[in-house]
Amino acid sequence: MADKILKKLNIKVWRQNSASEKGRFETYPIENISTGASFLEMMDILNEELINEGKDPVAFDHDCREGICGTCSLYINGRPHGPDTEVTTCQLHMRKFKDGQTITIEPWRAAAFPVIKDLVVERSAFDKILQAGGFVSVNTGGVPDGNAIPVSYDDAEESMDAAACIGCGACVAACKNSSAMLFVSAKVSHLAKLPQGKVEAKRRARSMIAKMDELGFGGCTNTGACEVECPKSISISNIARLNREYLVARFSE
Amino acid sequence: MSILESKIPEGPLEEKWSRHKSNIKVVSPANKRKLDIIVVGTGLGGASAAASLGELGYNVKAFCYQDSPRRAHSIAAQGGINAAKNYQNDNDSVFRLFYDTIKGGDYRAREANVYRLAEVSPNIIDQCVAQGVPFGREYGGTLANRSFGGVLVSRTFYARGQTGQQLLIGAYQAMNRQISKGNVTMYSRHEMLDIVKIDGKARGIIARDLVTGEIKRFGAHAVVVATGGYGNVFFLSTNAMGSNGSAAWQCYKKGAFMSNPCFVQIHPTCIPVHGTQQSKLTLMSESLRNDGRVWVPKKKEDVEKLRKGEIKANDIPDEDRDFYLERRYPSYGNLVPRDVASRAAKERCDAGFGVNAEGKAVFLDFKYSIERLGKDVIEARYGNLFQMYEKITDADPYKEPMMIYPAIHYTMGGTWVDYNLMTTVPGLYSIGEANFSDHGANRLGASALMQGLADGYFILPYTIGDYLADEIMTPRIDTSSSEFEEAEKAVTGRIEKLFNIKGSKTVDHFHKKLGNIMWDYVGMSRNAEDLQKAVKQIRELREEFWADVRIPGELNNLNPELEKAGRVADFFDIGELIALDALNRNESCGGHFREESATEEGEAKRDDENFTYVSCWEYKKEGQDPELHKEELVFENVKLTQRSYK
Repeated sequence: MADKILKKLNIKVWRQNSASEKGRFETYPIENISTGASFLEMMDILNEELINEGKDPVAFDHDCREGICGTCSLYINGRPHGPDTEVTTCQLHMRKFKDGQTITIEPWRAAAFPVIKDLVVERSAFDKILQAGGFVSVNTGGVPDGNAIPVSYDDAEESMDAAACIGCGACVAACKNSSAMLFVSAKVSHLAKLPQGKVEAKRRARSMIAKMDELGFGGCTNTGACEVECPKSISISNIARLNREYLVARFSE
Repeated sequence: MSILESKIPEGPLEEKWSRHKSNIKVVSPANKRKLDIIVVGTGLGGASAAASLGELGYNVKAFCYQDSPRRAHSIAAQGGINAAKNYQNDNDSVFRLFYDTIKGGDYRAREANVYRLAEVSPNIIDQCVAQGVPFGREYGGTLANRSFGGVLVSRTFYARGQTGQQLLIGAYQAMNRQISKGNVTMYSRHEMLDIVKIDGKARGIIARDLVTGEIKRFGAHAVVVATGGYGNVFFLSTNAMGSNGSAAWQCYKKGAFMSNPCFVQIHPTCIPVHGTQQSKLTLMSESLRNDGRVWVPKKKEDVEKLRKGEIKANDIPDEDRDFYLERRYPSYGNLVPRDVASRAAKERCDAGFGVNAEGKAVFLDFKYSIERLGKDVIEARYGNLFQMYEKITDADPYKEPMMIYPAIHYTMGGTWVDYNLMTTVPGLYSIGEANFSDHGANRLGASALMQGLADGYFILPYTIGDYLADEIMTPRIDTSSSEFEEAEKAVTGRIEKLFNIKGSKTVDHFHKKLGNIMWDYVGMSRNAEDLQKAVKQIRELREEFWADVRIPGELNNLNPELEKAGRVADFFDIGELIALDALNRNESCGGHFREESATEEGEAKRDDENFTYVSCWEYKKEGQDPELHKEELVFENVKLTQRSYK
């Protein structure tokens, strides 16, 4: 458990100045990183060195650094959020790497997530999908008492399992088709599992899927890569539920 | 006459809010369509306000610096949200929640505001349930509750250890619905850099598009600032990396008073600092203190061996463990309020009993509750927190105690607002953590979420109408006016000035140094000499910053270093004001501990005779000290007593 020092690492990172410019890999050596440091602290140290050398630091998205905001998004050595399970990049620690290793860092790669700069991508497509129907149509005020809507323990738990999605996009990055089905199905399940959300479940599934297709996400071919890489262990059984909701919606049209 | 017109309604406490609502003006639906409102920040306060105002028919423009409104730092709140539902039949009530909050805040908050907060708290739960927030449930299908520090009832609603996330998603979804209807326009990756005033009224903002670097103007009939707290002045905190005080600071510089800035909450249970390269601290929920026992060794030689790695915590027998919270506070034990628990940890570590290599950690031990309840029960209660701890520290808290240490967490101080949540600038509102109004000198656990949503769903949508009713004849704000022109020029000038320093040190270099000054001299324990030292050192460092900071990259592109530089430039000023306020308040209360004002046992001692007021700082001009105004606090419904948790 005691922290060690990684004497030398090679950081091979995607550099791209803007969406319209071509990108390329650059490799930067970095020395004396504690295994107790988080991956993003390593990036902070790298950037500090780059700035001191008069170079442009590597842009990457990050915010809460507690694994909950869903902002961080790196594709590390071929895996979204890197070589650990059930963590986001900000929770990944350097003890998962070996001295002398080359670490390859890329942005999410998907047509619906264009690169803004370096490792930062545009994920507003996720917001747009949710705007298409990922809500319960209820205004502030005029709602019944919280206990007037009983929800079984199991339904609440299952709903919560799906609602735990942080919208990071790892599922899309992991998928060879860049499908957003895990993301969409998590929202559909979260709401459809509760009586409050059931009322407009069909409509919701239909419009969210239409929006997802419109925004250039691919189709689902059940490879299961999304589930493996999801930092919150969202289950692909949600996709099955979504397909059911969607079919029912189509037949009832 | 005073500018500090708190507008607290007449009448008995429990009738103030309903009387006020019936007396304030209302805007007709046809006129709402003609009125624009800017909401800056999309956390619980901002998102719930934007959604509710959009539903009412106003034209809302919402802004956040993140890539999506769903990422605001409210998302990281773990434990829960309080509400006076009395579902547990344990004699909870609106008055009890009000009283606990006033007492927990060490009698430095406004009675009327806190009572209203407690009064609307049950509506928040109803609203969130209707939106589909998956709160924890009992087998019978009713809502479940848990307990939190500093109270004697069970009134905290929760969604596992992710309550903030689920409430924020609820508010975000409500806002998304209004976005799809066209009532709310969302500007993500936009940072507010100034507020624009015309004829004394807030009429818009200047924002930077963080992707293109473009400086843009946005006009509105009213502006709502919901940008959270300024805890990142201290560099290391539990706040998100991007959390900042800049929007609130620009309001201050344009005439909005800043209140009680020295009231900063230091949370007792965070993962300790390791080394010198750390960027961020992680909170471990207060709920852990329900089942964890806090201790350090009794013997110095055990401490030495622990630090050298010669023994482990479990090698120390019970009789050699000092459960110092249980020893000092037998009636509340491990569940004393946050400020008390933090100071007690510092006291033990300062006395040389800190258990990690740095000497800045204490143990939080679950051994006893695992023995009593079984591992399964503990796992069901705290599984996700234990997993998070293990991922960060590589230690298994089921087998050995957690190491924890206090860290900066929340700021009770903030922009001064009246009962309508309006600042001293007409048309400028401040809600949630950004304002000062509800938590006094110390916030109780699970009350931040309550306040953010109370302000956004149930208070601001009413009170803003009172102001906007007089604005229905004001046409859409023309952003080509000289006021906007000047504000934009000032913003551009400041950015260029920063960018062109081309010095030799990074922004983080300065931010870390500022953080050290703040933590050492304006942290958990303060005295006049240290505070004066802090003011002096902050001023020197600020000068160095403005002469020697290096900002790489381009002005017209995504440039995180440039964003940070602007925020850190403001942190210097905020840090200075925190120190000045702490210097002025020569009493100990809540999270603010002045060594000059302590009991013989070293506990905090309030000075009600001289300090029962809200400090309200007015910005003068650069290089000049701010002017202190005071809003006297009047307590008609509770009796001020020295807090005791013994």
